[in-house]
Amino acid sequence: MVFFVLKRLAQSVLVMLVVALIAFALFRYVGDPVNNMVGQDTTLEQREQLRDELGLNDAVFVQFGRFIGNAVQGNFGQSYRLREPVTDLLAQRFPATFELSVVSAILALAIGIPMGVYTALNRRSILSRSFMTLSLVGISLPTFLIGILLILIFGVILRWLPTFGRGDVVSIGGWTTGFLTKSGLESLIMPAITLAIFQMTLVVRLIRAEMLEVLRADYVKFARARGLTSRTINFSIALKNTLVPVMTIIGLQIGSIIAFAIITESVFQWPGMGLLFIQAIQNVDIPVMAAYLLLIAFIFVVINLVVDVLYFVVDPRLRVQGR
Amino acid sequence: MSEVEGATEGSMIGWRARLAESDLLYSFLHSPTAIISAVVTLVALSAAVFAPLIAPHNPFDLASIDLMDSLLPPAWLEGGSDAFLLGTDDQGRDVLSTILYGARISLLVGFLSVIFATVIGVVIGLIAGYAGGVTDAILMRIADVQLSFPAILIALLVDGVLRGLLSRDNYDQIAVYVLVLAIGLSFWVQYARTVRSLVMIERTKEYVQAGQVIGLSTGTILFRHIMPNVLGPVLVIATIQLALAIITEATLSFLGVGVPPTSPSLGTLIRVGNDYLFSGEWWITIFPGAALVILVLAINLLGDWLRDALNPKLR
Repeated sequence: MVFFVLKRLAQSVLVMLVVALIAFALFRYVGDPVNNMVGQDTTLEQREQLRDELGLNDAVFVQFGRFIGNAVQGNFGQSYRLREPVTDLLAQRFPATFELSVVSAILALAIGIPMGVYTALNRRSILSRSFMTLSLVGISLPTFLIGILLILIFGVILRWLPTFGRGDVVSIGGWTTGFLTKSGLESLIMPAITLAIFQMTLVVRLIRAEMLEVLRADYVKFARARGLTSRTINFSIALKNTLVPVMTIIGLQIGSIIAFAIITESVFQWPGMGLLFIQAIQNVDIPVMAAYLLLIAFIFVVINLVVDVLYFVVDPRLRVQGR
Repeated sequence: MSEVEGATEGSMIGWRARLAESDLLYSFLHSPTAIISAVVTLVALSAAVFAPLIAPHNPFDLASIDLMDSLLPPAWLEGGSDAFLLGTDDQGRDVLSTILYGARISLLVGFLSVIFATVIGVVIGLIAGYAGGVTDAILMRIADVQLSFPAILIALLVDGVLRGLLSRDNYDQIAVYVLVLAIGLSFWVQYARTVRSLVMIERTKEYVQAGQVIGLSTGTILFRHIMPNVLGPVLVIATIQLALAIITEATLSFLGVGVPPTSPSLGTLIRVGNDYLFSGEWWITIFPGAALVILVLAINLLGDWLRDALNPKLR
């Protein structure tokens, strides 16, 4: 167990180093950092001096080491576009993305899992067929189109909900939350649904496939042969075994929610990290891109690590193999 | 059932593949969903390919655009003109025509990036599966790491990097190829993993051993003998990924990091029209959006059917 965790940890560190190398390469070689920092009227000597101060004349691996040292301390330099420390920018916008992601993850799982289980158990019923058709439509609807449709219906035609921004937010010790005001909650509804729908369709399909797989397993056939009630078979045996892979799904979900938050935030002008990232790409604002990349990679690595360890804890078969 | 070619080596496989084909035809003719989605896909494809011939207007011919025609609603609404069936956009371009031309770009990017991803993925999968050992470990580790990040994130990143590396003056002209590169690089992993696992099975079969014994080069064994036997599942993945690639392209273009408005794809059209949503000119956004959804849905349904038909266990 300890060996397994250590091995995974070593892999995670390796992944982070590779991502850091990419981020460093971005920072160092895409465009000239000095050019991006100074104005038109800076003399060549001043440029050379700045270059020296920034350590851009040192050996590449020394620079990479310094980059990692800075990154670990949360120092990513200044945004080229906004002239503010990148870390501050990300910190300001993190709460918005976090609240949006958590609400949609809960929505997607709370609706998606029961729907998936139902469609697997009642494969031929009309309701589950329509669920599956709907989920196919959901997969074919790009996230941004769902957002646009919601805006058109509830924002423009019915005028029920606000169409952009976060509404009024309350600041609690540096954390801004939209949960405590009416306009904050109203603003959250459409972005959260937009982000949740695609994830939900994925959850439904994955749970259904997983459950069908388990229902075909020998131990389920054996349970049926023993004459257990279908209730016991379905929920105590099948669903329990389905939930192991579901953990992986949830882990992946959180990851893809962060990725798709970029799109949702862009549609609703939601002031989160994703919007910041898109603006950074459009303006080739490398420090922001590099920092966002590292942050996202870090979140992903941590989630994967947690899921792997949980897998190990939950599934006894893996524990035996691991020895 | 004729068995002319490949009669000796892997005749079993050739025979089975042919049987699967006839099964496929049977299943196709007995699935209304498959037929309808195939017809829709074909119609969309030909509409896109022949856009210059069938589009009522040329939306990019500046001489034929009249600003006086701008923001006209669809023909059946009050104030609409019969000349513009689905209305016009802010520059007086016919929405129907821009959709036809836009679908061309969307499909072009979709097909090119899927082909690109397939080639990379199949080659890497063949090498990893056949070589095994360290090569396999390294290649699959890379694949695992990439797979743990969503494709759209990888595509955004590649797009961002290329944007920084290339000069901005001629970026618009090569935007399509940048997108193909970005989407292709974010989609290869699935092919590689599937092909690898299939190759690991094929590798132990007699026809491969026979090839090795008579001294065929590794390249010949891999590409002439193993590859044809692993392409079935690749086709299924490619169909499903085509839909995904079109969505990804539309998303990137919608986010403003894809195809420029000078030669818009469906995603760019939706982005441009989005600004007019609040002033009530919904048709500029909604029609390209609907076109995108119909196209993607048809391809998805086709892919779904193909997967089920090739994999009877799941039925």
